[in-house]
Formats: sequence, structure tokens, C-alpha cells
Amino acid sequence: MVSEEEVLRIAELADIGIGKEELPPFTRDFNAILDYFAVLDRVPPGEGWKAGIANVLREDRVTPSLPQEEVLALAEAAEDGYIRAPRVM
Amino acid sequence: MTVPIGMEAGSAVRETAGSGLAAVEGGRETVIIGLEVHCQLNTESKLFCGCSTDYRSDPPNTHVCPTCLGLPGSLPAMNRRAVEYALLVAKALNCRVADEAEFARKNYFYPDLTKGFQITMYNRPLAEGGYLDIEGDGAEKRVRITRIHLEEDPGRLVHMGTPDRPRYSLVDYNRSGIPLIEIVTEPDLRSPKEARRLLNGLRTTLEYLGVFDGDQEGSLRVDANISIRGSERVEVKNISSYRGVEKALTYEITRQRGVLRRGQKVERETRHFVEARGVTTSARSKEQEHDYRYFTEPDLRPLQVRHWVEGIALPELPAARRERFTAQYGISPEHARTLCGELRLAEFFEQMAPCGNPLLAATWVADTLQGELNYREMEIGKVPPARFRELLGMLCRKEVTDKAAVEVLRRMLDQCLKGEEVQSPAQIMEKNMLGKTAGDTFTGIVREVIAECGDAVRDYRAGRGEALNFLVGQVMKRTRGRADPKELTRILREELEPQGT
Repeated sequence: MVSEEEVLRIAELADIGIGKEELPPFTRDFNAILDYFAVLDRVPPGEGWKAGIANVLREDRVTPSLPQEEVLALAEAAEDGYIRAPRVM
Repeated sequence: MTVPIGMEAGSAVRETAGSGLAAVEGGRETVIIGLEVHCQLNTESKLFCGCSTDYRSDPPNTHVCPTCLGLPGSLPAMNRRAVEYALLVAKALNCRVADEAEFARKNYFYPDLTKGFQITMYNRPLAEGGYLDIEGDGAEKRVRITRIHLEEDPGRLVHMGTPDRPRYSLVDYNRSGIPLIEIVTEPDLRSPKEARRLLNGLRTTLEYLGVFDGDQEGSLRVDANISIRGSERVEVKNISSYRGVEKALTYEITRQRGVLRRGQKVERETRHFVEARGVTTSARSKEQEHDYRYFTEPDLRPLQVRHWVEGIALPELPAARRERFTAQYGISPEHARTLCGELRLAEFFEQMAPCGNPLLAATWVADTLQGELNYREMEIGKVPPARFRELLGMLCRKEVTDKAAVEVLRRMLDQCLKGEEVQSPAQIMEKNMLGKTAGDTFTGIVREVIAECGDAVRDYRAGRGEALNFLVGQVMKRTRGRADPKELTRILREELEPQGT
């Protein structure tokens, strides 16, 4: 069970402000999601993850990058080719 | 000789914070330093995508794709060469490569990573338990390597506004996803000087392996753990230059000693090094280790590459090259250390050594040229080897005096710096009246003087040695001081010898 304190701590780490009235619903959602994973935990292990597949690698070859304007269009704000982020220091 | 300190990595006693031992070495409290060194591997493409790593001269956000931007639905694909490079480093640093290594997600929210996590290695690193021998005071010193792992470089932030009043940040993701190798040492270092030596040793080794270019701006970043024995440990982050490491650590030792002298306790904390001011400032990190919520990166398969190691051939490493230089060229161990301490310098010397006098080449490359380069903050790579070889040739044939050769060298380097075409030493000497383009020039003057100063010649032949000084003086006068007195004395002696002997 995730407590309201833990939800507050996660919110703090993620720099998200949570109002007092939002705390109970968020805590309920967290627990619902984790309960779902608990269901997945009961699924018997299959052939996938533990099948010993290792060293999936690609060759060191350069492929085209995105055009700058396409990248900047993804951001809320840009300046001189940079993506502008709120104060983080 | 190597002096091992401590024990095998596996059984090592952790000498960091809180050991409670207020040991004193040499009258002062022991300083304990361990480093985490991050180096960019010079692959062609990034660690998990095909974006080019050659970003330094390009505008921001032009070497990015959905993967290194962490866009939804994108998947990482591991770069084989980055793994091979990391294994080279592991082998060169005498590490044990893990049977199985795996990547993990380190979760944190900061704009330098768009995904909300960094892909790194956590509890299953690529290699562990190695060492690097560094130059110590007297004998060599063995510094143990705790672990080596691969991770992705985050993006680069530019903070706008003043440090006290930041307004906003600008982000460039070109660096995001560049392969980094992190090398963690045991707390075996005892002074900022040793830390600098370890860094130099790592840099040289990685450059000899051809996996790293230390001249690239920002290609190396260091976090240092430092404590005074018996006190808490402080982590200094954000050190991004070789000189910075020594400066940051020296500052931090002084600060910690000051805290202890005032009877206070050193707090366990993370501090930032502010390079411009040469100080460390407290950086209240909101995260504790467990807040990173590490877990296995589900989008990547583990690495089982231990068996690759036998197939890897290591190139000649610095220590081996030092030994070869002293054996093959007969140069001093000190010169060999200087020359081999930088790959390009060692290679430059090897281009010069066939000039006929390797000892002379060693002195001129390791001492004279290095000094002049340091003075100009110039890289050895900018020096045209052909021109320097011509100058060495002239020195070997005694066509130029040491003093004039230094002048020629200075002018050559200044021409390099100005981006001008570098003239030949002979041209520079002629243009600047640096005398003596051939020994013959002086032989003529010497003969003139002998013909004109009969008295002095007779005195000399009668066994009055001081007469030679007079003759040297006369020749010097006529060459306007351009000749080397030692060389003149030799020519004079030869000319004054009775014929036929």
C-alpha cells in the first residue's frame, strides 16, 4: 500500500505541486496501478525475458537526426536553437 | 616498483567516512579521496541511437532523434563499438569483466534528460576490481579501480540570469546519449596531486587505447569523494577539467580543515565546484540514493561479453612505451615519462628520433618544445613535424646554436598560432639574422682572425691557453655574437693545430 506521504514525496521529486484535495484520489490511483502490477506478478514466467537472449547490439553507424525546427516545435518555448526550460537551479 | 596500498579490492576495508580513526600521517590528518571519472567514448554514433557524436561545432538540438529525445514509443538500441571500447578499458585497467551486465534506469526529473531517467548500470556493472599504477613520490603507487560501467550522457544546460538569480535554462540535447564510461576508484588517493596524476594516467591510457579524446571540450567530468579521516565524506560534483580537479580538492581540504579547526563537524553533503571562482558550494540535493528508484532497463537485453575479452588485443600502453623508449633510444626515464605521458607527444618524438641523435630529440621535444607549448597554451598537434625535424637536423649537424634554435622554434610556433605558413628554419634564421647557416661561415672568419692576430696565435702555440679566449672574443665580435662560443673554441682549436696531425 502506498501512503499519502509517499505520494507527496514522489510529487516533490517530480516537481509537481499537489493540492490537499488531490492527495486522496492520487493515492487511490497509485494503489490501483500497483495492484495491477501485482496481478502481472502472478503470471507464470514465459519464454521472453529469462530466455537467455543477450548482446542485442547494433553496429556503430550514423543515421540521420531530426531537423532542428521539428525538434524545437515539440517544445513549449525555444530560444536560439535551444529548448527553453523553467528555472531549475 | 609498485607499492600496493591496502588489500585486494574484494577484501578492502572502506576507509571513507565515519571510520572513527583519527589517524595522522606526517603530522597532518590523512586526506582520503576517491574519484568517479566520466569520459566520453569516441564512437561515431550515440550509445542507444544512430545520431552522430560529432556535435561540438554544430547548432544546438541538431544531433537528436526520437530515441535520445526520449519520445514516446522510441526504443534504445545498444552500440556494439561502445561495448567493445568499454571492454578495452576494462582490460587495460586490469578489471574482471562480469559474466552478465545489465543497464538500469536511474529515475530523476531534471531537464537534462527528457525521459525522466538516465540509462546507466547500477548493481550489475560491466567490470569490477582493477587497478592503475600512477607516478608516486618515489615509487609508483597502485590505485584500485572499483568498477567500470557504461551510461548515457545527459543533455547540456545553459543557465540564464545570474547564479544567485537564475531566470530560466536553455537545453541542448546534442550531448544527450553520447556514450560515457564511468570509472570509479577506491578511496586510495591521499592528495589533490595524486588525484591529478590518476586522471592524467587514465586520460593517457584511454587515449593510447584510441577510445577517448581528452582535448575535446567537456569530454571528461569528475565527481570526487573527499574526507579527512574520521570525518564525514563530501561529494564534490561538476569538475570538468584536469586543473579543476586539483583546485576543487585543494579548496575542499582547506574548507574541511577549517570546519574541524573551529570544532564543528563536517557535514555529509554534495557540493558543486564553481570553476570560475575556484570554490565549492553546498548543493542541497533533494534526492537520496533510494529516491532514484533504480530498476532494470526493460528495453535492453543484458550483456554477456566476458568471453570477448580474450579476443581483445591491447595496444602498447604508456608503461610499456616508457620502457621501450629508454631501451630503444637510450633516453632518461624522466624524459620517457614526460614523452609517454601524452600519446601525441610520444608519437611526435618517435617521428623525431631518427634525426640521428635521439637524446637530443628527447631534450628538445620533452623540455624545450613542451615549455614553449605550455607558455603558448598550444597543442603538440599544431606543430608541423617536418619543420621541427629540419631544426633538429640542423642542431645535430651543429648548423645552428642552441640559443638560435630556440629563437627559431619560437618564431615557428608563433607562425603556427597566427595560422601563417611555417617557414623553414633556414629561412627564419636568414630573415632574423640568427647567424650561422653553415659552420663554414665561421671557419672563414676564424681563419681571418688567425691571419690577423699573429701574436695571440704564437702565444697560444707557446702554451698560453688564455690566448684562445682572446681569439674567441675576436671572432665573436666579427660574427656580432651570432656564433656559439663553445663551437668557436672547437673550430679555433682545430684550425690552430699544426698541419698534418
